[in-house]
Amino acid sequence: MSAFRLRQARIERWTGLGFVTPAMLLFMLTSLIPLAVLLGLSFTNYELGAVDTKSVGTANFAKAVADPVFRRSLGNTLLYVAIVLPGAVGLALLIAILVHGRRRSRGFYEVIYFLPVTSTLIAMATVWQFLLHPRLGPVNAFLRLLGFDEVAFLSEPHLALPTLAVVGIWQLLGFNMVLFLAGLSAISKDLYEAAEVDGCVSGLDRFLTITWPLLMPTTMFVMVTTSITAFKIFDTVAVMTRGGPMGSSEVLLYNVYLEGFQYFHMGYAAALTVIFLVFILMFSAIQSFVLERRTHY
Amino acid sequence: MARVELESVSKSFADTTVLSGINLDIADGEFLTLVGPSGCGKSTLIRIIAGLEPQTSGQIRINGEPVDHLRPHERRVAMVFQSYALYPHMSVFANMALPLTMQRLSLWERVPLLRLFSARRRRVMPEIRREVQSVAAQLQIEPLLNRRPAQLSGGQRQRVALGRAMVRHPNAFLMDEPLSNLDAKLRVHMRSELTELHQRLKTTFIYVTHDQVEAMTMSDRVAMMDAGRILQLGTPAELYARPSNLKVAQFIGSPAINVLPVRIGDGGMVELPGSPAMIHTSLPPGSAASIGLRPEALHLLPSGSPRDGAVLNARLRRIENLGAECMLHFDLLALPGHGVIVRAASIKGLSVGEEVVLGYDIASIHLFDAKGERAEVLPISAHPAQREAATP
Repeated sequence: MSAFRLRQARIERWTGLGFVTPAMLLFMLTSLIPLAVLLGLSFTNYELGAVDTKSVGTANFAKAVADPVFRRSLGNTLLYVAIVLPGAVGLALLIAILVHGRRRSRGFYEVIYFLPVTSTLIAMATVWQFLLHPRLGPVNAFLRLLGFDEVAFLSEPHLALPTLAVVGIWQLLGFNMVLFLAGLSAISKDLYEAAEVDGCVSGLDRFLTITWPLLMPTTMFVMVTTSITAFKIFDTVAVMTRGGPMGSSEVLLYNVYLEGFQYFHMGYAAALTVIFLVFILMFSAIQSFVLERRTHY
Repeated sequence: MARVELESVSKSFADTTVLSGINLDIADGEFLTLVGPSGCGKSTLIRIIAGLEPQTSGQIRINGEPVDHLRPHERRVAMVFQSYALYPHMSVFANMALPLTMQRLSLWERVPLLRLFSARRRRVMPEIRREVQSVAAQLQIEPLLNRRPAQLSGGQRQRVALGRAMVRHPNAFLMDEPLSNLDAKLRVHMRSELTELHQRLKTTFIYVTHDQVEAMTMSDRVAMMDAGRILQLGTPAELYARPSNLKVAQFIGSPAINVLPVRIGDGGMVELPGSPAMIHTSLPPGSAASIGLRPEALHLLPSGSPRDGAVLNARLRRIENLGAECMLHFDLLALPGHGVIVRAASIKGLSVGEEVVLGYDIASIHLFDAKGERAEVLPISAHPAQREAATP
């Protein structure tokens, strides 16, 4: 190789590094270094403001496994995901198909369903709290009007989590709908016409033969993002129930928040966060392995 | 197999008329081509026949039965789309089998998982498999049955689309520009394959194309459409030899017909540009008209030959050598700004810029009035003025 070529290669290498550096620095500062610190903390008994801190090995993780509060919060989180996932995906698909069929009013419905996505969830949680208030809320006023007893949505232990799940679905619906709409628009009109000529006459036939299989890649993506978002539930719990009543709406991130920033058990909170991250990692792995391998038609 | 009749079929969207009063009687087993420039309504017409779009007025009959109230699959027609419209998530087999499974299995025998419990499905599916395989064999796509459409070439997809249409033994095949997504070479090949398929199946084919070569080479009859009307309906030979309209003359034939402006003189005499010869017509004197001359109607006159017939003085501008023949592009000396193309067997030692005399037979003239309608060229001897002019 000539000296010129060598010089060229060296310049190219340094230029490449120069371009990567800002992004790499940012990634290190915001993700990698905090992650490393978190991982380090999870093996200590560090408490906020404590003078001496020592390594406790895996004691934090052992404690978590035995901790009834943590176990309950993990179970609640999974239950929450189990309600939100089919609700937010199924309903969004249904609404997307209905909205897709509109011509002039399509834009109107898109905006209506997308509005919750653009709002701040903390603020909206306060609004929901008012709406669902047993005495003052319009929902219960409506129930009373119909002659039902009022329902304490947020203070009945068996109702609190499902109520939060409904709010979660409401929040996710618009975004998922937009994703499904994009998927629906990508399906060629010719296919529906070919199916019509081939004898797929009913809406159900068309859905089963064309729409559903061709929306599969979109659906997988929506399911993974919905799972991750649902798993991260925090805002509504913090504002509306604070984990209550009787721990029935305690969820993972709220537990981490309590341990870390209310009780200042930073080491233990770090360990819980690591467990949380393992779950998120699992969902992401599903996304990259299952999704990427699927054929994109 | 079926006769397809269209009676004053019209279609308009809001206030634009796409089709106005289309009448067509397509015989059983006929290959009829709808040809025309884009936007002429040919695709809309075939979609109306298929039942994919309702007509605004008029009636469609298949085998004498009105089908206007029937949905596409009930009309028992098959359609081949320009995009092929293969189901991308299904194998070639499943694509071809779909019309049959839709026909023969009930909904719950088709639903994924549930269908595994159906005994009838287990009986019916082998039949369907046999039928699909026999069609696949005819089209030579048997080895592809397990592939997905994405793994096929354009020509193979085309065949699968044809196969999906064939398995049902439809009343008629409707084809909407089926070859336009193929490359030029494959298109020529598929053209002859489609023609052979038609001869073998003896089913009615209704074929839409904007390519006049496809229309000319494949069809029994051609309906040339423009602006929502049928300009001319006839065999390819008729359309070429006696175009009823200037637009037909210009659309059919490659290279396109040469069109020259003329004026109708006193007594319907038409002076041919740059030539002492005249033709006679019944068009009103003083009106504008045009004559059409096919590229093969013109020929080079050897120098020194008599020039009393229909001639054009021209200067050679460009030579297109196609091997077996060549196209000579001339500028006309008598009509500045106008040119003609002459089909010639060879270049004959011509060079660009040379001035020559082109001759043509008066019988080869196509005369069109100001609106583009064909006008008859009358025998010149019948006209007294011409006789006087001929004997001074």
